[in-house]
Amino acid sequence: MTVTEENAPKVKASHGYIGRAIKRVEDPRLIKGIATYVDDLKIPGVLHAEFVRSPHANAKIKSIMTDGAKKLPGVVGIFTGADLNDNVGTIPCASPIPGGKSPDHTVLAGARVYFVGHPVAVVLAETRTIARDALDLVDVDYEPMAAVMDPEKALEKDSSLTHPELGTNVAFTWSLPAGDVDAAFREADKVLKLRTVQPRVTPMAIEPRGCVALWHAGESSITLWTSTQIPHLVRTLLPGLIRIPENKLRVVAPEVGGGFGSKLNLYPEEVVVSHLAMRLDRPVKWIEGRRENAAATIHGRDQIAESEIAIQNDGTVLAIRSKIIADVGSYCQLLTPAIPTLTGLMLCGCYKLRAVRADVTGVHTNKMSTDAYRGAGRPEATYMIERIMDLVASELGLDPVQVRLKNMPQSTEFPFNTATGLMYDSGNYQAALAKAQDLAEWPKLLQERDTARKAGRLFGIGLSTYVEICALGPSKTMAAGGWEWGCVRIEISGKVTVITGATPHGQGQETSFAQIAADWLGVPIEDIVVFRGDTAMAHFGRDTYGSRATALGGTAIVMSIEKIIEKAKTLAAALLKSTREEIEFKDGKFFVKGEVQNALGWGQLASEAYIAKNLPPGLEPGLEASSFFEPSNCTFPFGTHIVAVEVDRDTGQVNILKYVAVDDCGKQVNPLLVEGQVQGGITQSLGTALMERTVYDENGQLLTGEFMDYAIPRAPDIPEYILGSTETPSPSNPLGVKGVGEAGTIGATPAIANAVVDALGIRHLDLPFTPERVWRAIQEKGGGS
Amino acid sequence: MKVPVKIRVNGMLRESEVEPRLLLVQFLREVCGLTGTHVGCETGVCGACTVLVDGDAVKSCTMLAVQADGSEVTTVEGLSRNGKLHPVQEGFWECHGLQCGYCTPGMIMTTVQLLERNASPSREEIRHALYGNLCRCTGYSHIVDAVEHAAQKGRT
Repeated sequence: MTVTEENAPKVKASHGYIGRAIKRVEDPRLIKGIATYVDDLKIPGVLHAEFVRSPHANAKIKSIMTDGAKKLPGVVGIFTGADLNDNVGTIPCASPIPGGKSPDHTVLAGARVYFVGHPVAVVLAETRTIARDALDLVDVDYEPMAAVMDPEKALEKDSSLTHPELGTNVAFTWSLPAGDVDAAFREADKVLKLRTVQPRVTPMAIEPRGCVALWHAGESSITLWTSTQIPHLVRTLLPGLIRIPENKLRVVAPEVGGGFGSKLNLYPEEVVVSHLAMRLDRPVKWIEGRRENAAATIHGRDQIAESEIAIQNDGTVLAIRSKIIADVGSYCQLLTPAIPTLTGLMLCGCYKLRAVRADVTGVHTNKMSTDAYRGAGRPEATYMIERIMDLVASELGLDPVQVRLKNMPQSTEFPFNTATGLMYDSGNYQAALAKAQDLAEWPKLLQERDTARKAGRLFGIGLSTYVEICALGPSKTMAAGGWEWGCVRIEISGKVTVITGATPHGQGQETSFAQIAADWLGVPIEDIVVFRGDTAMAHFGRDTYGSRATALGGTAIVMSIEKIIEKAKTLAAALLKSTREEIEFKDGKFFVKGEVQNALGWGQLASEAYIAKNLPPGLEPGLEASSFFEPSNCTFPFGTHIVAVEVDRDTGQVNILKYVAVDDCGKQVNPLLVEGQVQGGITQSLGTALMERTVYDENGQLLTGEFMDYAIPRAPDIPEYILGSTETPSPSNPLGVKGVGEAGTIGATPAIANAVVDALGIRHLDLPFTPERVWRAIQEKGGGS
Repeated sequence: MKVPVKIRVNGMLRESEVEPRLLLVQFLREVCGLTGTHVGCETGVCGACTVLVDGDAVKSCTMLAVQADGSEVTTVEGLSRNGKLHPVQEGFWECHGLQCGYCTPGMIMTTVQLLERNASPSREEIRHALYGNLCRCTGYSHIVDAVEHAAQKGRT
């Protein structure tokens, strides 16, 4: 069954849990320090793996000497690419672009290494300390070569090559011609140009990656605990690589300490650890160090775009033509090509552009791969279109707010078809903008800016009105399917077990899914337990990324409950000696119309359903149902962020004076969790805007290899956010929810950028707005004191 | 060569022979089996491994077990008493001061020290006190709320 708008059940809010700011049920174990992350698993006889990693960005491996390391007491084995690569498959890319060229991604380096951190060999030892000691005794003889570091130079004819065997540094090209772009440019009053550079950033989840594999020799099966967002996708992908049947692999994502897209991949270490556990018949554990995390877990962003914008003198934006260069690093990981292409698809932002042309070139360089980092292509698109809107305003001498309003669709125009072929499900962009202006005390803020400027201060106001795309589907548009699965079981005692195929890792769906189930079943929330993250229990799932879990996973739970209610009505009719049509269900009770005093509750019905002595003919025992929810469309959250900044003329320091965000993520299941997602998302984006940049030097050495060199926001860096929301339900699912995991990240960076550019009174400045970069911009303009 | 150490952890005396290079965090996690103290960076920056050593908040990845010999150590597991949560734990729960939970034990231990030294910190003082504890999920706002909540609870 596909839930559509017509047949969608309406919220049975008998307890009214949905919409309430309920504190999380998952928190007690976390605040007591008794939760189990991968590194906390205690498995007897476990071997510890450590990886020898390349110190060079581009080098030939002349030899690997392991004799000295093997002699170290406690070392059990050392394996190189020659020992392993023929026994396991290569790391997959699930979103290849036709015609794209990428090398086989072997789990360990073969004859060459392609980035600093590239795994070259693996050491297994009785303790982690011994394994680390042994790393220093593995002697790899490298022949270093010039590294390919600049993605634009890498496209020049005489550039050296990241992968010489491919004959090119172009990993893929992708074009989106949407609408009559040439006609729009012919009709334009003006054509503007803008170059945007969005630097590479590092996700830096506070828990690094890690995994433990346990081989069950008797069953020829394997259990892999891994710090991942995607246990189900790992279970789909890994068996072929380690050559076991899918039904011999169980993948568990236990407590996962943050992901942000960086754990949305199948990584070489998971393959190596699984393979070696089987090969040695010993459990094997690997815990990533922070330096490894910075060097060999995916990076994000890293796009350079040259855009041309066709505009009319009244502020109408007709069309955009963008050439986007995406530095994909050395390999295409799981979703690498899908990130810049999503940027192209979202280039219209929340505006009625007539035509768009995006030409994306993915470029191989001697760096770690880029892939999905919180927002995954949408922050990049939003940065471009929102900078463009401000540029249009400044070129035409118009108000940035008015330019935006001029180009937005009205709320009556939804569902709204964009030039790029997306159908925005629902929206009221003007309402979110107006509310944000109210919260920001807009007229007063403008006055403050005037006053500050008269006093010679660098005061700026910026806004971004964003739209994003969540709950990606339907399945025909997704490499691995866009559905989600859920199962609901009324236990014999009447307690409720909910199992979701989504894999929340900090977002709080153990709570919000319990709220949904409690309302739909009419039971107290305390009676519900939500399980996730274990493929032995959640038989199907497409996991958590792209802000999909509540819209898709929540709906699969609702569908399952609807099935159970239908079955329970049949059972209740038999027990109450009535007909099915006469049975009503309300507040967790089943009763014959008008006879609520003789109602049956879930406990009574479950007991009858499992003891199965009084079942009507043809009714199966049990009270359980599972469902796949196949969405008909994505959801499109939106909102407005407004930022006021003051720049210190002497130091270039950007101070955020006011931050207002109004986000519309559709129906809110738990406003407390929504607020947390928005605050966290904005903060990550504030990092991207003000301080974060992954830096390799010209030789490919990673200069931002740990927290001492890579700045992420700290508590004093964050202003007191002023948050608001509007609620425009999505018609794409019966809950009306859209998704909020990435909204803050998408809306924030361009708002800060626009504020800084406004403060400096310049045309454009690229991220991140570090004091040095801002100070230089001030000097260039001759505005130093 | 191993060195004997005696460390009182959450009120219980732990005696062990350890390698001199063993970090305090390894001692807590591997010798004592207390895995609530997390490792996030191994360079003393992220603060996930923060514990109290003789009342001072210490990043236990920057201290050797042998340096803690003779000390009293409190970890997150030692905060709740008779099944009752510490006010700081309650604050984090009430105010949604955590998401993935990985930085949380360190945040909580730093907060315990803060409130012992300053029972009524301002929001600015709270932010300053948490400077050495990184969180990538929450954006810190709810953490500051949580600390305020705990401070108020501690005063009443």
